[in-house]
Amino acid sequence: MLVHSKAGRWAAWSLFLFLFLPLFALPLLVVVAASFATHWSGALPSGPTGANYGAAVRGESLRALTTSLVTALVSSLLALTAGTWAALAAQALRKGARRVMDALFVLPVAVPSVVVGLAVLVAFSRPPLLLNGTATIVVLAHTVLVTAFAYQSVSAALVRLDPAYEQAAASLGARPGHVLWRVKIPLLLPSLNAAAGLCFALSMGELSATMMLYPPDWMPLPVRIFAATDRGSLFTGSALAVVLMATTLLVLAAFSRIRTRASYR
Amino acid sequence: MSGIRFDSVSVAYHGTTVLDALDLTVEPGEVMALLGPSGSGKTTALRAVAGFVTPAAGRILIGGRDVTGLPPYRRGIGMVVQQYALFPHLRVQDNVEFGLRARKEPKAEIPARAAEALEMTGMAGYARRYPRELSGGQQQRVAIARALAIRPQVLLLDEPLSALDAQLRSGMLAELARLHRELPDVSMLYVTHDQVEALTLADRIAVMDRARLQDCGTPQQLYRAPRTEFTASFVGQANLLPVTVADTAGAALFDGRTLTVDTGTAAPGTTATLCVRPHLLALGAGPDALHGPNALHGRLGEVQWRGATHRLYVDVAGHRVAADLPELRETPTPGTEVTLHFAPRDAVLLAAGAGA
Repeated sequence: MLVHSKAGRWAAWSLFLFLFLPLFALPLLVVVAASFATHWSGALPSGPTGANYGAAVRGESLRALTTSLVTALVSSLLALTAGTWAALAAQALRKGARRVMDALFVLPVAVPSVVVGLAVLVAFSRPPLLLNGTATIVVLAHTVLVTAFAYQSVSAALVRLDPAYEQAAASLGARPGHVLWRVKIPLLLPSLNAAAGLCFALSMGELSATMMLYPPDWMPLPVRIFAATDRGSLFTGSALAVVLMATTLLVLAAFSRIRTRASYR
Repeated sequence: MSGIRFDSVSVAYHGTTVLDALDLTVEPGEVMALLGPSGSGKTTALRAVAGFVTPAAGRILIGGRDVTGLPPYRRGIGMVVQQYALFPHLRVQDNVEFGLRARKEPKAEIPARAAEALEMTGMAGYARRYPRELSGGQQQRVAIARALAIRPQVLLLDEPLSALDAQLRSGMLAELARLHRELPDVSMLYVTHDQVEALTLADRIAVMDRARLQDCGTPQQLYRAPRTEFTASFVGQANLLPVTVADTAGAALFDGRTLTVDTGTAAPGTTATLCVRPHLLALGAGPDALHGPNALHGRLGEVQWRGATHRLYVDVAGHRVAADLPELRETPTPGTEVTLHFAPRDAVLLAAGAGA
């Protein structure tokens, strides 16, 4: 730690708790409390019940959860594939061309996601590519949004990868394809895994672009949470939010377990 | 049997020439050391053979075959680098088998050939380990085994011992010399900045400086009769003194005194550089029978104790002359006048401007 004196350490911890608790922890705790409540007239939600969860894990809500999971898994896998491919390709480019690639891939992050949603909607609402009203358009928009993050994490990992490995493999007679699958991809696995987790988490929580695009039969959970709170069902919405949070954390924990097994260094 | 030939190879990075028209031949089965300070172009030359840098001009031949345009994986070379570059996600066995699998050797032979290579480097007992579970010296042995498993005609070694501590280094040096005896057909190109490694291991040494080949010869030739001032000072840190050739009978003038040396073909009246090794100088009050008439008078600047020897720095007519003497019973006091002697046969005269 940078702070050495005992008093200084106490001060640092107090400041951290003072900032962290009200800003990060308490709101989440209140959501958890609200998800178990029937009334909220005092300072805290009251009237404990499990009924909100009963509704949150069956029927339409359960369908929204699986919709979110499928969307997030498919789009993060697509984004990871496209992002990794692009990052590997960009590495072979000259400096100027690589800058252009970097800029292109940062575009979906720089542009507000509601604009990305609108753009995708406008682009695919007419033949020949009529995707409006399908699940595909939601997955597509999520993929566009999270590919930027996949591209950036893999690019950063590639920069850190010592070229000596690739060169040693080449000197031993390995063709570029062999080097890619037997050396580069295995060495990048920890980074690919982290990128996949990030993409998944972002897609699970995506609302603004999804709002522009989702068809009635493909409604992801964040949209349902928004709809519930919008019509005043705060406690149902809170329960759905907790389910979304727990599912995302669970999947991320699974990712990080694979990560610890996949890291060699 | 195949050697390496550099045919006027030039390499440039961003307009800067890092290797300037290198002409050099490594004979089949020979160990050639590329010796030079950092930035001398020696590593670039090795990387050009490996195929990691493309020459701007010239050709590179391995075993008589022009490989200049070939990608690295089609050159059939073994390479060992300073940082080992073992694949961290593969066990020792799989690291050594990597090249054999990549080259699609018959499946049935692969384990035996990997075992043979590990046996040769004394790492047979570590096949199941991961690289991170090995020490630096062990990792370098595995890296050598991995390079040898593909039975290359040419082995490129890029400062292979630089990352090891002094004790391991001398052990590995002996090991490499043994490998060379066991594999007499393999040509080795050994890049180093350490003259001890080059003198110990190499059949011939190519001295490089500022992107150019300065000198090339057997270790004895370079040490005893360097052709350039750079070689003389880089290999063995020779003292260099400007002299004027007096006559062809072996007299040279320095500091107003006459020294007896082999002036060779140098014409009288020309300037030349006298080169004499620190350990060939002796300390004494006057001429003696052993070292003959050559004396350098000067003021003692500094005395360094180096265990078995004393290193003296003497200011001789404005030139700093280093002398390595067997450990002295009584060390002279800095600031006093001392005389250094050397035998005529221990000095070499270089024509002025040689290699500069």
